[in-house]
Amino acid sequence: MDAIILQILNGLDKGGAYALIALGLTLTFGTLGVVNFAHGALFMLGAFCAVSFNKLISLEQVVLDATQKTAWGTALEIRTPYIEVWFGDIGTVLLDYSVPLSILFAIPVMLIFGVVMERGLIKHFYNRPHADQILVTFGLAIVLQEIIKHYFGANPIPQFAPDIVAGSANIGLWLGLGDSVVYPWWRLVYFAFSAIVIFGVFAFLQFTTFGMVVRAGMRDREMVSLLGINIERRFTIIFGLAAVVAGMAGAMYTPILPPDYHMGMDFLVLSFVVVVVGGMGSLGGAVAAGFLLGVLQSFASMNEIKSIIPGIDQIIIYLVAVVILLTLPRGLMGRKGVMED
Amino acid sequence: MFGNSSRADWIMLIAFSAFVLAAPILLKPFGAAYPDLLQKFAIYGIFAIGFNILFGLTGYLSFGHAAFLGVGSYASVWMFKLFTMNVIPAVLFSIVVAGLFAYIIGFVSLRRSGIYFSILTLAFAQMSYNLAYSVLTPITNGETGLQVRQLVPADRAADYVFILRDEDLRWVDQAFGVVEEGIPITNLFGMKMSGYPGFYFCAVLLILGFFIAMRIARSNFGMVLKAIKSNQNRLSYTGVNTRPYLLAAFVISGMYAGLAGALLAVTDPLAGAERMQWTASGEVVLMTILGGAGTLLGPVLGAGIIKYFENIFSSINDTVLENVFSFLPTTLQEISIAVTSMFVGEGWHLTLGLMFMIIVIFLPGGLMQGLNHLIGLFKRKISTKSVSADSSG
Repeated sequence: MDAIILQILNGLDKGGAYALIALGLTLTFGTLGVVNFAHGALFMLGAFCAVSFNKLISLEQVVLDATQKTAWGTALEIRTPYIEVWFGDIGTVLLDYSVPLSILFAIPVMLIFGVVMERGLIKHFYNRPHADQILVTFGLAIVLQEIIKHYFGANPIPQFAPDIVAGSANIGLWLGLGDSVVYPWWRLVYFAFSAIVIFGVFAFLQFTTFGMVVRAGMRDREMVSLLGINIERRFTIIFGLAAVVAGMAGAMYTPILPPDYHMGMDFLVLSFVVVVVGGMGSLGGAVAAGFLLGVLQSFASMNEIKSIIPGIDQIIIYLVAVVILLTLPRGLMGRKGVMED
Repeated sequence: MFGNSSRADWIMLIAFSAFVLAAPILLKPFGAAYPDLLQKFAIYGIFAIGFNILFGLTGYLSFGHAAFLGVGSYASVWMFKLFTMNVIPAVLFSIVVAGLFAYIIGFVSLRRSGIYFSILTLAFAQMSYNLAYSVLTPITNGETGLQVRQLVPADRAADYVFILRDEDLRWVDQAFGVVEEGIPITNLFGMKMSGYPGFYFCAVLLILGFFIAMRIARSNFGMVLKAIKSNQNRLSYTGVNTRPYLLAAFVISGMYAGLAGALLAVTDPLAGAERMQWTASGEVVLMTILGGAGTLLGPVLGAGIIKYFENIFSSINDTVLENVFSFLPTTLQEISIAVTSMFVGEGWHLTLGLMFMIIVIFLPGGLMQGLNHLIGLFKRKISTKSVSADSSG
């Protein structure tokens, strides 16, 4: 029982990341009809927003203290981040919270990037075949990850969660199961965060006029345009929103997985599988499949299961995708008429 | 491209063969005339030709073709390890294994089309890649890669199962009493397959592969494949069951990839899982579209160009750049070096990605389409000239 709960928990944070990326993929696909292979790169860019934000606020002031000497006889350098010099203790707190705060930095950056990308590149590919869309965004993904590699190097850059959530939560005690179920706090935070974002996106689409127009546009774009609504502009904003969701997902994921330049592609392949399993064009399906596959993956990496079927943890997601596609051609919740030609 | 008559085809084939066989001389001015690179041209040419049979003719975009390349390499190295260093059995075995593998993957993936097909093939390739790194290490030797090693000493031949990764058996070679010194080199009935002989072996297979691809493109089978690309629904309505045709195309292109993988192992008997990664699959897609998907010469041209630039760009380092920009004032020189160094050496992939985008955006038909446009313009000019000459005279 303990092991099962632990595995479900383990799957939730990864599932949260899959669900957030898949949600963005589905949004762009449902609105613009574009298959975006660069979406994983947006996730990676978000993660590097967190890295750059951290670098930015930990810029240090160097003071030479002549009274103290180092072992080499030179004056001791005292390094203090500017932010601590300016704000004192509040600055220390800000430094500690750099990862959650980096979201505030990631949102505008990703929004601008998403809108520019849509207007500058994707716009010209609405009427091209899907193969062309895949290829051009694939090229863009390579370009983005190489640029990141050029500036940040090839090694993963660890980021740290705030001290207050650095340890592990003793979930077993809450549920009355004893001490054996412990779980890192930050992963719980990530799960809660992804749940809030997903809920926010759904609420935005469901309860605002803007969202209603967008949903109508997903159903029948031509009809909405005929009603005199500039649906293209709204879709551009939705693309920016998808980029923001991917970016936030990436920024918050950094304490769990130190970001490196190719993390985007690793996640993209899985997220596409998630989208396909969930059903192309179904937002609910993408979220459900994201969590489902995340949990399945963590179950498959249990030693008990690995000893029965070796290597199952490596391939479970792909295996599930193959089985689902062959039995339910539209995925779990796919709509009729989406991507069937 | 040059019409559909078979005479034009023969001329093209002969010209192609002549070019390939004379490549060591013709490519000398470009600094590309050394065996290692020429072998790569030929091998990736074969890979791209095979990929083009699927993507160019049917329009099905497979994102997992590198898996077949990897499987072909492993199959070859196992033939080298177990039976003989002669390349013929290894090549044949690789083609068969890759074909079978493609049959299984194609059987499942081809149930869906469009983007679903792309993702299914990508999923299968990633699955193979992950398995090669983890569970299948007894067969693939994991991260180290599978290599040809020295023979098992006779006194320990009884417990070979446990050391097969590090020591080889080569039953056939041993039965014929072939004497080995150090790490053996692949051979074709005694002719060593490194350097120029290795290139000519690949070149002959490239020409053969080109010929077969040409025959396929001109055959009825090829016509059906092209019909699938232009309108699969209509073809189904006329009563043609398209799936067997697609599966055949998929298996054939998988066999080409297996052959390319085998040749990679022939020229350098080492197989690693990184050959199966999605970047490798993406590379062959790029080669094909760069040259022109659906054309015969395009994929080979694309493969050659990409391998050539990869070789040149990745060998440029900062000292070379300093020499190139030495005529500029210091500040300008530093700026130009900083900018260009992003695109060369380690940053070669950035250039590749940009090339990818530029080609897809501006020249979706690839270089061959561009060339044909030029030829078409030229011809039209000539014909309008002759028409005006006729009317005036």
